Order: sequence, then structure tokens, then C-alpha cells
Amino acid sequence: MIAPDWFREDRLPHIYCTGCGNGTIINCTLAAVEEMGWKREETVFVSGIGCSSRAPGYILTDSLHTTHGRALAFATGVKMARPDLHVVVFTGDGDLAAIGGNHFIHACRRNVDMTVVCMNNHIYGMTGGQGSPTTPPGAISSTTPYGATEPAFDLAELAVAAGANYVARWTSYHVKELTKAILTGMQTPGLAFIEARTQCPTNYGRHNKLRSVSAMIEHLRSHAILIQKHDRLVAEGKPVPEGSFTVGEFVRRNRPAMGVQR
Amino acid sequence: MSRTEFMQGNAACAEGALAAGCRFFGGYPITPSTEIAETMARRLPKVGGVFIAMEDEIASIAAVIGAAWTGARAMTATSGPGFSLMMENIGYAAMTETPCVIVNVQRGGPSTGQPTRAAQGDMLQCRFGSHGDYSTIAITPNSVQEMFDLTVKAFNLADRYRVPTFLMADEIVGHMRERVTIPDAVEIERPRPLAEGRLPFEAGDDGIPGFAPFGSGRAVHVTGLTHDERGYPDTTDPEAHDILVRRLVAKVESARRDIADYEVTNPDAETVFVTYGAPSRTVEQVLHDRPDDSIGHLRLRVVWPFPDFALDEFPNARTFLMPELNMGQMVREVERHVDQPVVSIPKIGGELHTPAELVRALEACR
Repeated sequence: MIAPDWFREDRLPHIYCTGCGNGTIINCTLAAVEEMGWKREETVFVSGIGCSSRAPGYILTDSLHTTHGRALAFATGVKMARPDLHVVVFTGDGDLAAIGGNHFIHACRRNVDMTVVCMNNHIYGMTGGQGSPTTPPGAISSTTPYGATEPAFDLAELAVAAGANYVARWTSYHVKELTKAILTGMQTPGLAFIEARTQCPTNYGRHNKLRSVSAMIEHLRSHAILIQKHDRLVAEGKPVPEGSFTVGEFVRRNRPAMGVQR
Repeated sequence: MSRTEFMQGNAACAEGALAAGCRFFGGYPITPSTEIAETMARRLPKVGGVFIAMEDEIASIAAVIGAAWTGARAMTATSGPGFSLMMENIGYAAMTETPCVIVNVQRGGPSTGQPTRAAQGDMLQCRFGSHGDYSTIAITPNSVQEMFDLTVKAFNLADRYRVPTFLMADEIVGHMRERVTIPDAVEIERPRPLAEGRLPFEAGDDGIPGFAPFGSGRAVHVTGLTHDERGYPDTTDPEAHDILVRRLVAKVESARRDIADYEVTNPDAETVFVTYGAPSRTVEQVLHDRPDDSIGHLRLRVVWPFPDFALDEFPNARTFLMPELNMGQMVREVERHVDQPVVSIPKIGGELHTPAELVRALEACR
């Protein structure tokens, strides 16, 4: 259970919609922080712009709510200047993969010692549901009214290719697995990237035949397929279920990292 | 004790930053500022500082702001195209009252323009380039010595007023080599610490809040959204926005006399050159070649906030002449503040005005 002293109770009520999955991701992250035994005064949360990026404003630590897409560049400055501080970045799919895409790959390449949690709800939630680089092909959004036609980024694979030391993907359904992945990421020197797929019932589900929160979470659960299972199906020449996505630990390695406290 | 060296302007800027205690540099290569980054890359690791080559200028200023919030003195250096990219985060630094130094070694624009040629075309951009209302400080060196001295000054002003502060140099000052005296120690003024019981964005009598860097246990929330004294977003209350933005502007504008730094030559003159940066050197040459008490010179080391009261130092002035390496930018500010005619002497293309050109302009208005 999360100790209430990590939250700014004087900021309540929060801005998240009923049924939003972001709170689940924040809880999992704070559970991992507590498990690490980090103190509030030595932990800094950094974020960009969007629903996900409002999270640091509700946490009772030093926090930097920055400009759209640039959270990782700001966080790089914080961590490189003060390697003794623990740096956690909250970001979203639009913030990280669209406007912040360049900073994303370079932060992974540098392998700066911080934990990046991406709340991927496949949509720009705060501005009312426009298509993002992770909107699945065919999905309806306010800017893809006839269905998304562009291919979507696989954020976890991108982080692996760019060099991050730890990469995992889970969903807001997989609370225990997600918490453990964030914890493992925090324990791994270098950049840890954890993609947390989550539901946006207000701006995504409503338009994509997932009208209830439970339907959205069930959709995440039923379409998540373990990396090992996926690889086994491929190796056996069997079909991978349509619309599925892999979850689990993509990489855990010990490449040289920057900003590691000596 | 001090030491005297023969040094390039950009190198002197880096040495000034190091002397001022700058321990973080985030940057991206761009002509004609690159030697500043190169010097910092060579020198910072040896003094326990951090040099990081970022992926672009947006990331460079972002990393600088992040480092500044840990309490480090932090700087970046760039030129026009990079300066344009930095604009959004410069507004963020103004809104969040982040002390940091941005060096712009100006080159010819617009766009890629003339990378190796001097200009002063970004003087209004450094004042108004980011969206919304705000105020910042801009300093204009005219020599290698001032690339050192005024870089130190930029850090002190940035810390005192908690604003992004610009060193608006140009290719001529950045690349020329001159004798420079480097003192053993320089005066350093850090931000006033956040007092116990005070809120992180609660202004003192001077309009400036105390500073609690990250890691000091004050749990400061920093946001570019309109915020209250706690730092918490308050984005729809007209009064909250009015109070915050007026304070951000007033803390700089009301301190114009304290921030001002200028030189007055021949205060009884009737014809007065007003300059900043490299063109002041040509005016100095004109005055050297033809000593004449009727020709005055106001040389600004600080251009923003604009020291309009400095124009009053010339009570007999009948005409102001303003040579600039642009099509007439700061001349607008002078025109706003005086009743006398103001003659703009614009020059673009990358070369300084010659003394003969200024003498012609002088004689034309007499």
C-alpha cells in the first residue's frame, strides 16, 4: 500500500477522468519507489505535457513539469548535475514518441541512469482525443475519423534498439507485473524504459467500441501476449493472434551508463 | 593577482563562465559559437563539472534548466538558428524563474543566413521571441575582455533576478583575439535561499522568490503553467495569471537602474551615437580620429531591460545616431524614449561600419 505522505493531498481533486488508468500507473510507480527505499527529498519526478505529465504535480517531492516532449532532456540535466538524486520521468505516447521522439532515442542511447514510465493510452487525451504515433491502424480518433492509416510505433522495441539498459512493457491490468518491472528498472543502472499501456475511456474507448472501463481493461488483458509465448508461436510457425501485443521484459543489460552515482 | 592572456572572444566567454562557477554546459555545435562549447568540453571535466553534447538546441536549453534546478550554475551557447529553437524553453525558464545563461554569438539571418558573418539581428528576438509577456536581461559585450567580464556578470544577474540572462555577442566579438586580463577570483552572487516558512514562488519585497534547489527537502513543484505561490497550477483564474505575469515582468523592469550598465562619452555633445556590441568599436575609432566634444557616445552594456534614463545623460543632444548590424532594431527603443530625431544607420551583410561611413552619417545630419 502506498504511504499517503507521497501525495500532495492539497492538490486534490486531480484532473483525471473517471476510469482513467493513469492513477494505476502512478500507484505502481510509487510502490516501486517505496520498495527501493528512496526518500522523498532525494527523488525528483520530471514530466512533459499531457495527462500523464500531470502526475508529478500530485507527488510530494521536487518535481519539474516541463514543456511538451522535452522531459527527458530536462531530466538529463537534473541527473547529470546531481547523480545522487533519483530521477523518474512520467510521459505519454504523444509527449514521448511524437514531439519528443528525438529526445527519447538519444536518452536511451546515452543510457542516463533514470526511470522512464510511459503511460501509453494511444491517444492525445488532454487535447480531446487526436491520433498519436501509437494509435493503432484502423482506430478512430478526432484526427483519424475514417480510421488511423499510419503504422504505429512500438515504443519498447524502439527503446531496445536505441540502447536503454532495461526495457519492459505491461498494462494497467498487470498491476503486480508492472510494479515489479518498474522496480527492476530502478535497480538497473542506466536508462530504464517501462511502457505501461493504459485505458483512456473518455477519448479512446468511447470511439472504438470499448464503451466501458472494464471493456478497455479486458481488451488490454486479452490482447497482451507474453514475449516468450509470442516467440514460441513464431518459432513453431503458428499464427500470432491478430491485434495482440507483447508484454514482459524486453531487455535487461549492463551497457555503459551515464549519470550513475559513484 | 591576475594573469594577462591573448585570447579569442569565445574562449574568454568560456573562461568567464568557469570563473563564475559554471559547472554545467549543455550545447549543440553551431557557427560562430562553437569554440565556447569546445572550450567547456575541454575544461569542465577538469574542474568537476559536466559538459554534455545534446541532440539539438531545444534539448540543450532544457538540460541547462534541469541542471539549474539542482543549484548548478548552467549555461548554453548558440547562434541564430539554435536560438530560434530555444525560444519555447526560454519562455519556460522565464515562467519558472530559472537562473541560467544563454550566449548568442549572432550571425547573419534570417534562416541559415551567413554562418561566419557578424550580425545583431536577434536583439528583439531575445526580448520578445518566446510567446506571452515576460522580461529578461540581455548584455552586449564589445571586446574579448567583456566576453569574460560580462559572462560573469550574466551569471550574477541571472541568479539575483532569477531570469534567463542573455549574453548577446556577435561573430566579430566572438572570433577576434585581444588581450584579456583574467582575475584570480571574481565576485559571485547566488540566488537568495528560500527562507523557512516561505512558499517557493512567494516573492520578497523585490518581487523575487527565494530559491530552493532540488534535493534541499522543500518539495518544490515547478511548472510552466500559470501557478500560485505554492507552484501549483492555477490556469483559469484571471487574477492568478495577472499577479504572476505582472510580477515576472516587474521584477526585471523595476530594477532597470540596478541592472543598467553603460558608458557615457562627451555628455555635453549635440550629436550622440548610441551603440551596443561591436559597432561601438567603430564609434570609438571615429572619436579617436577626430577628437570633438560635440560628438557624444552612449555605449550600452545592458540593452534589456532598456535603460531609457541613460539617454538623459546627454541634455544637449539634438540628434541621436544609431549604427547597428541589423536593419534597425534597438533604434525603435531609442525612438520611443526621446523627442529628438533618431537616425538609424543599419548595416547588414556581415561587416562592421567603417569609420568613414559613420562620419558621413554624422555630417549628413549636422
